[in-house]
Amino acid sequence: MKAFADLLERLAFTPGRNAKLALLERFFREVPDPDRGYALAVLTGGLETGQAKPALLRALVAERVDAELFAMSYDFVGDLAETIALIWPARGPARDVPLAEVVEGLARAGKAEVPGLMARWLDALGPSERLALIKLVTGGLRVGISARLALTGLARIGTVPVEEIGELWAGFTPPYRPLFGWLDGGPRPEVTARAPFRPVMLSTPLTEPDLAGLDPAEFAAEWKWDGIRVQAVAEGGTARLYTRTGEDISAAFPEITAGLRFEGALDGELLVRRGEEVAPFADLQKRLGRKAPGKAMLASHPAALRLYDILIWQGEDLRPLPWSDRRQRLEVAVATLDPARFDASPRLPFSDWEELAALRADPPAAVIEGVMLKRLDSAYVAGRPRGPWFKWKREPMVVDAVILYAQRGHGKRSGFYSDFTFGLWDGDRLVPVGKAYSGFTDEELGKLDRFVRANTIDRFGPVRSLKPALVVEVAFEGLNRSTRHKSGVAMRFPRISRIRWDKPADEADKLTALTDILDEAGA
Amino acid sequence: MPADATRLLTLRPEGLYCPEGDFFIDPVRPVARALITHGHSDHARAGHGAVLASAQTLDIMAIRYGEGFAGSRQAAEGPLTLGGVEVRFHPAGHVLGSCQVEVRAGGVKAVVSGDYSRVPNPACAPFEPVRCDLFVTEATFALPVFHHPPPGDEIARLLASVAAFPERAHLIGAYALGKAQRVIMLLRAAGHDAPIYIHGALERLCDYHLAQGVPLGDLRPATMDKAEARALRGAVVIAPPSAFASPWVQRFADPVIAFASGWMQIRARARQRGVELPLVISDHVDWPDLTRTLRELNPGEFWITHGRDDALMRWAELEQRRARPLHLLGYEDEAE
Ligand SMILES: [Zn+2]
Repeated sequence: MKAFADLLERLAFTPGRNAKLALLERFFREVPDPDRGYALAVLTGGLETGQAKPALLRALVAERVDAELFAMSYDFVGDLAETIALIWPARGPARDVPLAEVVEGLARAGKAEVPGLMARWLDALGPSERLALIKLVTGGLRVGISARLALTGLARIGTVPVEEIGELWAGFTPPYRPLFGWLDGGPRPEVTARAPFRPVMLSTPLTEPDLAGLDPAEFAAEWKWDGIRVQAVAEGGTARLYTRTGEDISAAFPEITAGLRFEGALDGELLVRRGEEVAPFADLQKRLGRKAPGKAMLASHPAALRLYDILIWQGEDLRPLPWSDRRQRLEVAVATLDPARFDASPRLPFSDWEELAALRADPPAAVIEGVMLKRLDSAYVAGRPRGPWFKWKREPMVVDAVILYAQRGHGKRSGFYSDFTFGLWDGDRLVPVGKAYSGFTDEELGKLDRFVRANTIDRFGPVRSLKPALVVEVAFEGLNRSTRHKSGVAMRFPRISRIRWDKPADEADKLTALTDILDEAGA
Repeated sequence: MPADATRLLTLRPEGLYCPEGDFFIDPVRPVARALITHGHSDHARAGHGAVLASAQTLDIMAIRYGEGFAGSRQAAEGPLTLGGVEVRFHPAGHVLGSCQVEVRAGGVKAVVSGDYSRVPNPACAPFEPVRCDLFVTEATFALPVFHHPPPGDEIARLLASVAAFPERAHLIGAYALGKAQRVIMLLRAAGHDAPIYIHGALERLCDYHLAQGVPLGDLRPATMDKAEARALRGAVVIAPPSAFASPWVQRFADPVIAFASGWMQIRARARQRGVELPLVISDHVDWPDLTRTLRELNPGEFWITHGRDDALMRWAELEQRRARPLHLLGYEDEAE
């Protein structure tokens, strides 16, 4: 538990991707089985949690600590699990409880035994391990890394590419002993699980100039839908829905899982669809937030699968076939499924790049992010090979915004103010609308840093409030309505596309520049 | 207890005052006569008429404020008589030169502890428990969530990080008096013999520690240019917290930012500071040591100068101990 708690703590405070990978690699190298396997399950969201509710822990701590002192402490710390972890009275010398003892103990325990088990472990552990334990059992663990990153870190301990691990990993259950045995140099294990996940093929981005070197006759085009990429597998009576990193989300989308009446593996985009109308991404996001959606949610936000590709059918592996053959097989397959839930993403007819560019510039729905180009002869291969598949996104939208706050960056940007909050005019006030920390060169970074230091009007911790004097052009991929933001809108993937040293702040855009886009889209 | 121990000390706008001896202890404004417990800037201020403090605290004040920091100064050695009271200084275990001030008159005794710690610190003599009728305590970390881990464990975490990221310099935020030298000594005790780089603002106080016989090993200035700084892979660099907001940091390539403070126990605090590696290293008593000290000294009454007096008052109520919060303003957690 100690090594695991240490890892969680470092991951929580480490901003850099490479640093996170180094921490993960070190952990998987140094920690023995089965603890590292259970840790992998936790990091990838594959472990059952929620055996103890926060109320139970509060009751346990109330037997040990004065209520008033607890209330003052909670008020100061601000996080219930952390307060309990820190305030729990130490009992004698600490013992390190293996993660396996916790996971296996809870799996065996009846409900009535949980409080006693928890108290015993909390007594034995130190504060940071107690925090990990509490977060783990209450299901409140936010690791702050994706399953993909965890697997990438894991791949570094051996010589097996992460795509191959991804394929096998979902076929085993924690603590994944055969998988670790393989990475340590043992034989490749046989997958015994039903309906396993297969690694997904991804595209690379395309820009206008790249097109000159490509022959339109060699490519097929389809819309790029703004949902989430999924894989639907139904084999031997087992049906599962996976994200593109292999996370099992079957339970969150029961209407899809129930409709997987076939024998094979399909690739597509998960969307919220009402009749023919595909809903904005925000609607899907509501569904993603629910592990087990209620009836009302299922009725108001019905999910649908728009299929792109076919990997396995009736036991036959179609992945080596060219895309054009797979497309034919896909169309035959889709015809057997419920049309209310499943359809094939339409193929876009075009004869030259100008024609496709015109389609891309004016898509028929707001939830289309651009177009996909796929070589007609491309096999379905794991990972992100450059060449067979391209995504050609719509031109980003841009607004001119005023920088309001700046925060110091991390890693290579340590000491530089490089994370910016920007705002738009709402009457005579500037309302924050988003944050960006990319899109500028090293030279601009230095210039921005000097600007921040020279225009600071207030400081709170690492954040500086700035004189509204600098305009930046912010590019973004989409907009959602948001109740969490004061402005009522949330940008998707905002980044600074240009620094407008020349432009006075009062000429920046108004908030209505964004709300008009939303109104137009009917979102 | 004799009810009149509390008459030994009273509260004035300038700070804690002893009427019979006509002096203040750690006043926050200039006064005619001040007794200073230790050199942290919230306790030791410039501009008093006469200052009585340990010889080391006087030296530290001179380093920080210049030789003319007070009209006159006197090093506290042995018992002294000031007006009608007897005064004695006892080690507080907080930083180099830190002392508690004992005030005795008419058969009753008060002890003003300043800031103190019960964890061994090779830079200073350990806290000396002095039985008294009135004990004046700090309450910086007076919440039961504060259990400072053994400092050696925190240094082990730092060294594990240096091993895990051998290409990155580790920049540690630590206050100039006490914390910086503590971190250096802990590193040395853990077998870290490599040169340690220190920010210019730490130089004079590190030199003073050396002069006082506190070994710090091979220290080098962290005032190199960008090219040299980028070459500092895996080195430990120590700087005062203020340096992290200045462009000084920019010379290092992809550093790990650490901070050594008791506050680092609280994640929100660590996040607020933008710290990648929080190190819980404190010069103050944590909750168990604070409550243990109060039980051990068992004074007839205790007063709380600054910090979380609400929680400590609640504890006193539960333990049926007589206590009073002073709500002294001007004592920051600056030095923690
Ligand atoms: Zn102090």
